[in-house]
Amino acid sequence: MPALCRDCLTQFPAGTRCPACRSPRVVSHAELDSLSIAHMDCDAFYASVEKRDDPSLRDRPVIVGGGSRGVVSTCCYLARIRGVRSAMPMFQALKLCPEAAVVKPRMQVYVQASRAIRAMMEELTPAIEPLSLDEAFLDLTGTARLHGAPPAVMLARLTKRMEEELGLTGSVGLAHNKFLAKIASDLDKPRGFSVIGRAETADFLKPKPVRIIWGVGTATQTALETAGIRTIADLLRWDRADLVARFGHMGERLFHLARGEDHRRVSRDEKVKSISKETTFFEDTSDPDLLDGHLWRLAEQVADRAKAKGLSGRTVTLKLKRGDFQLVTRRHGLTGPTQLADRIYRAARGLFDHAGTKGPFRLIGVGIADLAPESAADLEGDLLDPAAEKRAAAERATDMIRERFGKDAIIKGRALR
Amino acid sequence: MKLSIERGTLLKALAQAQSVVERRNTIPILANVLIEAEGAQVSFRATDLDIEVVDRAAAMVERAGATTVSAVMLHEIIRKLPDGALVNLTEDAASGRLTIAAGRSTFSLATLPKEDFPVMATSEYSSNFAAKAPELRRLFDKAKFAISTEETRYYLNGVYMHVAQGEDGPVLRCVATDGHRLARIDAPLPAGAEGMPGVIVPRKTVGELRKLLDDDDATIAVSVSETKVRFATPVITLTSKVIDGTFPDYTRVIPQNNTRRLEVDATEFAKAVDRVATVSSERSRAVKLSLDEDRLILSVNAPDSGAAEEELAVAYGDERLEIGFNAKYLLEIASQVDRENAVFLFNTANEPTLMREGNDTSAVYVVMPMRV
Repeated sequence: MPALCRDCLTQFPAGTRCPACRSPRVVSHAELDSLSIAHMDCDAFYASVEKRDDPSLRDRPVIVGGGSRGVVSTCCYLARIRGVRSAMPMFQALKLCPEAAVVKPRMQVYVQASRAIRAMMEELTPAIEPLSLDEAFLDLTGTARLHGAPPAVMLARLTKRMEEELGLTGSVGLAHNKFLAKIASDLDKPRGFSVIGRAETADFLKPKPVRIIWGVGTATQTALETAGIRTIADLLRWDRADLVARFGHMGERLFHLARGEDHRRVSRDEKVKSISKETTFFEDTSDPDLLDGHLWRLAEQVADRAKAKGLSGRTVTLKLKRGDFQLVTRRHGLTGPTQLADRIYRAARGLFDHAGTKGPFRLIGVGIADLAPESAADLEGDLLDPAAEKRAAAERATDMIRERFGKDAIIKGRALR
Repeated sequence: MKLSIERGTLLKALAQAQSVVERRNTIPILANVLIEAEGAQVSFRATDLDIEVVDRAAAMVERAGATTVSAVMLHEIIRKLPDGALVNLTEDAASGRLTIAAGRSTFSLATLPKEDFPVMATSEYSSNFAAKAPELRRLFDKAKFAISTEETRYYLNGVYMHVAQGEDGPVLRCVATDGHRLARIDAPLPAGAEGMPGVIVPRKTVGELRKLLDDDDATIAVSVSETKVRFATPVITLTSKVIDGTFPDYTRVIPQNNTRRLEVDATEFAKAVDRVATVSSERSRAVKLSLDEDRLILSVNAPDSGAAEEELAVAYGDERLEIGFNAKYLLEIASQVDRENAVFLFNTANEPTLMREGNDTSAVYVVMPMRV
């Protein structure tokens, strides 16, 4: 069984310790040299960057996130031991781990680190599909001749370089498709390297809960449970036709993924699909004026982003999280795409008024989706709202003033609410 | 209940009922049609809680009674039976099934109790009048393309039917708009309609109503209240709730001072618009109209896919004008014109344009330009 030392990158025929450097960090697998689809996931990315930049944090639990009302964005492994998880409300996290150092996210720094990692990946293969700042799929099929080494070696070298040059660690999953690679990278975190080969795919998946399948959230899980499906093995007992009849499009996916079949390509498609902004309040609120002010500011931020990227959206979305954590989302299709804060705000306001839910809310979010180039945006006026044209012109003028004199040079009174 | 009825008669009566039934239903009884047989007549009633349709047909009723079965299934069965067949419907109260027998085919369908079927509450109609089918057909056909689908402006999701003051006295008027285009259609005011409250007839009702209006000689009994509207022929009664909202003041939207007049053959114009719009792959295709002395140039410029241009001989005597429109809106409006030339009245390139047929002001359309 081919084996590889992740410390000195020596390849050897078999064994649990490296014959060259005696390291126990050895990965060995029958298909090690033939698998080429990988998922690389940085370990507690934001927290690791913070620890790297401030050594005093090294041995303390670190939580990256906003304010005491915010949520945990990332936390280091010390904090995870205490039960802290990402997306957990901050007050809950601090209850579990009161001595944690809470650090405000420094997105610029993370983006820089992410770019550096991306550059290292680019040296391995052009087929990279980033999922976020800290994880990506890589397809190294056909690169062995070029690099003079199989994909497994190149991936081990990548994480080694990340540690040496950037001071960041990552975990790798290597398999024969994206679905399994993503599962694998999670098996041995942090500083992991896991392999799922073709031969053991079926046995590996069988006992796993259906939750492991990407796209199976709480709702689908409940629906599956109602049908008596808890594990992949349960899924395997179903006919394809029955799954499709019961779960529609999702049934088709479940059928294939349960068999470890996934033919999606690793694709570079970096297209933005939506632009959204949200804010969590210091205190749950149902104050209409306050909420209205937030709606406007969020609409403006979304519009700023769209204008900066030369995009516009045909759909406006509204997200509300109530005090009891119930999530409400609403969307509205516009007759034509827009990038104007005024139109986004008015649509979001309409959605809010008809959302059919009462506060208090702890979070509010506004976004645009179904994106189009800005050349197609805001070409038509509204017969029933003749002032819209004037407001649009005012917004364009405001943008120019801001560009010249800074962002706070001119703001709407509504933004002060 | 036991009756026999000719297949063609039955199919016709069921067709309207089953189209009212919503395909996606969470309340089982709403998927059913209520069949009531008495005397020499059978009636079929279907509802989606907003619209109710009752369709009557002559039948040989052996035993009076009533039950409900799946509207779509019954319609499908009758549709597939051979033409001219005599259909026997028999309710078996013991098994709770309705047996449908024709020739050598027999079907039995599950029933739900007739008591569970929601019958729309009858209401007092403040206004009752008779309208000729062709008049109503014109009013709704010419307005319905402009109905909005936008849910936040729900009060635009229908045709506003009301009494208005036309140039030559009061008229029955239908208006629809989605904020981009507007249609305003007038018909002579039928006797008895004078005090009618203005109502917004929902899109789906407009679609169902259309099926009552095919017969040129038919007279439709129209009843209107603040909350409901009813259209009835001797065999079909269509009752619908109206949209609970205020239709915006559309009179402000209709331009009064547009003086630049273009007259063009509507069919030629529509064909040319359709041709030049082909090169644009955008969902909202903008067509530019460049007007000069008796000449109209239609052009589309889509940077990614290509460009197109076509020239038309027209009647235009005003100063040069360049104005853009959504191709789809232009096509829809031009297709409303069927007798004379289309007359466009422009103001500036940013302001609403008015279109009508010749000098006929009983049907006017307003369309908002698009930046090009």
